[in-house]
Amino acid sequence: MMDFQSIYVTLKLAFVTMCLLVVLAAPVAYVLAYKKFPGKSLLEALINLPLALPPTVLGFYMVLIMGPKGIAGRSWEALTGGSLLFTFLGIAVASSLYSIPFAVQPMKAAFQKVDRRLMESAYVLGLSRAATFIRVVIPNSISGIAAAAILVFLHSMGAFGVLLMVGGSIPGETRVASIAIYEAVESLNYREAGLMSLCFVPISYVFLLLVNKLNGDYTNGTADHRQEAA
Amino acid sequence: MALQITVRKRLKYFDIDIDFTCGDGKMLVMIGPSGGGKTTIIRMIAGLERPDEGRIVYRGETWFDSARNICLPPQKRFLGYVFQEYILFPHLSLYENALFAAADRKEVDDLFELFGIAHLRDRKPHMVSGGERQRCALCQALARRPQIMLLDEPFSALDVVTRRSLREEVKGLKNELSFPILYVTHDINEALFLADEILPIVEGKIDKGWMQRTIASAPLTGDSPKAVRQPRLALAY
Repeated sequence: MMDFQSIYVTLKLAFVTMCLLVVLAAPVAYVLAYKKFPGKSLLEALINLPLALPPTVLGFYMVLIMGPKGIAGRSWEALTGGSLLFTFLGIAVASSLYSIPFAVQPMKAAFQKVDRRLMESAYVLGLSRAATFIRVVIPNSISGIAAAAILVFLHSMGAFGVLLMVGGSIPGETRVASIAIYEAVESLNYREAGLMSLCFVPISYVFLLLVNKLNGDYTNGTADHRQEAA
Repeated sequence: MALQITVRKRLKYFDIDIDFTCGDGKMLVMIGPSGGGKTTIIRMIAGLERPDEGRIVYRGETWFDSARNICLPPQKRFLGYVFQEYILFPHLSLYENALFAAADRKEVDDLFELFGIAHLRDRKPHMVSGGERQRCALCQALARRPQIMLLDEPFSALDVVTRRSLREEVKGLKNELSFPILYVTHDINEALFLADEILPIVEGKIDKGWMQRTIASAPLTGDSPKAVRQPRLALAY
């Protein structure tokens, strides 16, 4: 019998991670794209660290931080009386940190492609930097933002080590499909593992096609605008 | 004088060191060879670039003063700025572009009628010609009810016929406006046609002899600057 519950948790987690990161990573990407400040390369390397670290190492540090003695775990417990570890919220936070480079880097690239003169035009028309970001930068990099969102969604669907460390395998709460597949293989239930794995191939493929289309649209759109300006 | 500028800025190959004024209702045309610092001067007035030192004062309000560490951002200078290239927001229609910072929707309608682009209001910038885009850029700048207009080679990328027609429109418009207009060009004919005052800029400084030298060395044809007579013209230096 296929574990639909874990597929549901996976999709829910990917969706929540995507929404969280689109909102949180956009200002970070904006700062990295346009601002110069001391320590910028250090910050950028820190943001990209999840790309280089083994997921279990990242998961281990998250367990320390989100555990009862960690700063995030203690604060959360004082605030709500609950725990962050072994909860959906906990794996959502872990998944967001794990996927943050996949949101920040494409968005930064998309923001950098927006013609700087459009922003200057908005400034002389009286728009603040924040209003310019919302009314000019975002609409002109929407394809790049969408591509970043889909990449985050896909990357979150594939998370394993980090989620296992932070959330364990609680059915309906923290057991995502990747963990369910691993457990099915461990118990020699290859049929279930095969069926669940098969579910992810078309989903991932369709989303990747969408990313390619968005990137193509975005590149063509930018080229068009440049041609207009020339 | 409405606008008083005394600024210095170090650039890679030369320094800008300039001191001039511009009165209300006057069109001051900055002319000179390309790469001479004209655009940088306009950008400093707009607040898009910061001078190293000096002062910019508009009707008694200090926009920039290095000694007092005052530098108003572009948002607080209430400018109309038309860029050299067709800088309109590509995700908006022409009408939405003009409405972007407009004080009054009715004014935008009137401006669109005045500039003859009312029938294009729902088109996106990439769907209209360069001349129509620059007409929209003028509407956008004027709809903000600016207290000064800065036009940075606004028609240089257009064909000769469209450029002449837009020149006429700007000249007509100038008589309706009561604030200073700063116009950058490297075209002497355009400067002579539009200017109340001319400011020749060469390598960041006012070069009094540049106009005469350039006109004197130009071949004499029916359309050459030598053939243009502008008795009301006054040099700004």
